[in-house]
Amino acid sequence: MNAPLPNSVLSAEALARIDKAVAKYPPDRKDSAVMAALTIAQAEKGWLSTETMDAVAQVLGMPPVAVYEVATFYTMYDLKPVGKYKLTVCTNLPCALQGATHAAEHLKKTLGIGFNETTADGRITLKEGECMGACGDAPVLLQNNHKMLCAMSPEKIDQLLKELK
Amino acid sequence: MGLPIPPFAGDIFGPDAVIMKGITGANWRLKDYEARGGYSALKKILSENIPPENVVNELKKSSLRGRGGAGFPTGLKWSFMPRQFPGQKYLVCNSDEGEPGTFKDRDILRYNPHILIEGMIIGGYAMGITVGYNYIHGEIWEVYERFEEALEEARAAGYLGDKILGTDFSFQLHAHHGFGAYICGEETALLESLEGKKGQPRFKPPFPASFGLYGKPTTINNTETFAAVPWIINNGGDAFLALGKPNNGGTKIFSISGDVARPGNYEIKLGTPFSKLLEMAGGMRDGVKLKAVIPGGSSMPVLPAEIMMATDMDYDSIAKAGSMLGSGAVIVMNETRCMVKSLLRLSYFYYEESCGQCTPCREGTGWLYRMVDRIEHGKGRPEDLDMLDNVAQNIQGRTICALGDAAAMPVRAFLKHYRDEFQYHIDHKKCVVAPYI
Repeated sequence: MNAPLPNSVLSAEALARIDKAVAKYPPDRKDSAVMAALTIAQAEKGWLSTETMDAVAQVLGMPPVAVYEVATFYTMYDLKPVGKYKLTVCTNLPCALQGATHAAEHLKKTLGIGFNETTADGRITLKEGECMGACGDAPVLLQNNHKMLCAMSPEKIDQLLKELK
Repeated sequence: MGLPIPPFAGDIFGPDAVIMKGITGANWRLKDYEARGGYSALKKILSENIPPENVVNELKKSSLRGRGGAGFPTGLKWSFMPRQFPGQKYLVCNSDEGEPGTFKDRDILRYNPHILIEGMIIGGYAMGITVGYNYIHGEIWEVYERFEEALEEARAAGYLGDKILGTDFSFQLHAHHGFGAYICGEETALLESLEGKKGQPRFKPPFPASFGLYGKPTTINNTETFAAVPWIINNGGDAFLALGKPNNGGTKIFSISGDVARPGNYEIKLGTPFSKLLEMAGGMRDGVKLKAVIPGGSSMPVLPAEIMMATDMDYDSIAKAGSMLGSGAVIVMNETRCMVKSLLRLSYFYYEESCGQCTPCREGTGWLYRMVDRIEHGKGRPEDLDMLDNVAQNIQGRTICALGDAAAMPVRAFLKHYRDEFQYHIDHKKCVVAPYI
């Protein structure tokens, strides 16, 4: 095995957070922490490279392929680099009825990119999302998977884009 | 976390709320919950040494039915758990809410997290379970973090963990997050995911009560179901039943979205007329006429306005009207909406979210989506409508889990009620209504 040691890929802080997630499950069920571990690793690295996923596999004692299976199944894991800010807009029916398609069009027009594209300066990646379970607050944007922005009118989107430096 | 604009002075869930009574959007902490009488049901059970079977009986009396979509009687489900089973058993809460139109569990978690924690602890007590997990939708990350904070508060106060309130009863509860997969709301897919795998549903039987998390007996309930438990213990199953109507006990949180003035969550008594719910949501946005309603989340059959306006919001009434109450997600569409375009967005969703395990769903959802897409874009063929219905029929009932049915039911209901609009699209290559994005 010539794979780099996890501690050369992930920070001590990330590894400590993964340990904390592992502790939630029975000692022989470390696999259960794989989603948390991948989330922590992605937050640190910006996206999940094979090297990062291999590090997660080592930490949890899982075959790398089992980790890849999980990372490729769940849509919020990024298997390619994304912009500094990833904005995911839900355009599903309830949101669309409340202005989400307008929000999506406004984002595309203002940024000059389509879904799954990144601005030339590498600042913003735009994604189309599926139901985030927040339809009442539509239009809803998810910023870097972790921050939900509600009732995003074109004016609020303009303000947001100014703030995302 | 953006707060919705409170539609009422005081309780943001409406005047009939019991589970979310007193919730303002800013009083989620333990001290606030205790001030509302929180954890008194747990204290009552432990101090009076109420036998676990009495707790289950109280739930049976309440006629509480699963709030996640299936409407299965909760007391009956709890009685399936083999209480004397000699190994580890698990209690799981399904907070993986991602059915388009549904956003009630998010509000329970962010505004009233302790009521869920108390409900789950009582569930553990009633079924002799010592470990629980709450699986939270990955997209509501800040809510997941708040729930973790609430768990810490409950542990520090002695309500959760080892030897709860000084008794011999222990219960550990942990939060687990998803990361973008609608299918994990299906209970066995959720268990797979919780075990660290792809969320692909399991064959049933065996049911989770005998083979669940890590192969151990497991009870899974929805967030709102657990949240109803403390009130039932405090006030009695009969009182809960009396809030609603026979076989449809209690209140229910309805998530109302779409073309209404005030989208949001409203907790009303089961059996309340739809017209009243619509009124609570401020009526139709800009007063545009109602056209159609999906009454129970995107996978449930759509109903035309005139049927909805004559229907009450409870399991049996909505079933009688030809749809299902499901998760209580009410998607409202006005007369400017194109039914083909609306179905197209839903069909894309099921195509995108099919886990790929069963052929009828994996292939069929794509087939449905592509057919609706060509009808919407003026390329529909005369034979498409019968083929749509046929493909939907051949998915329904032929897959391991209900996602196949969820993809098929909207197609068949949209065709049943709005076939003329689909036909118009094919004949005239455009919508009946004015185009919109």
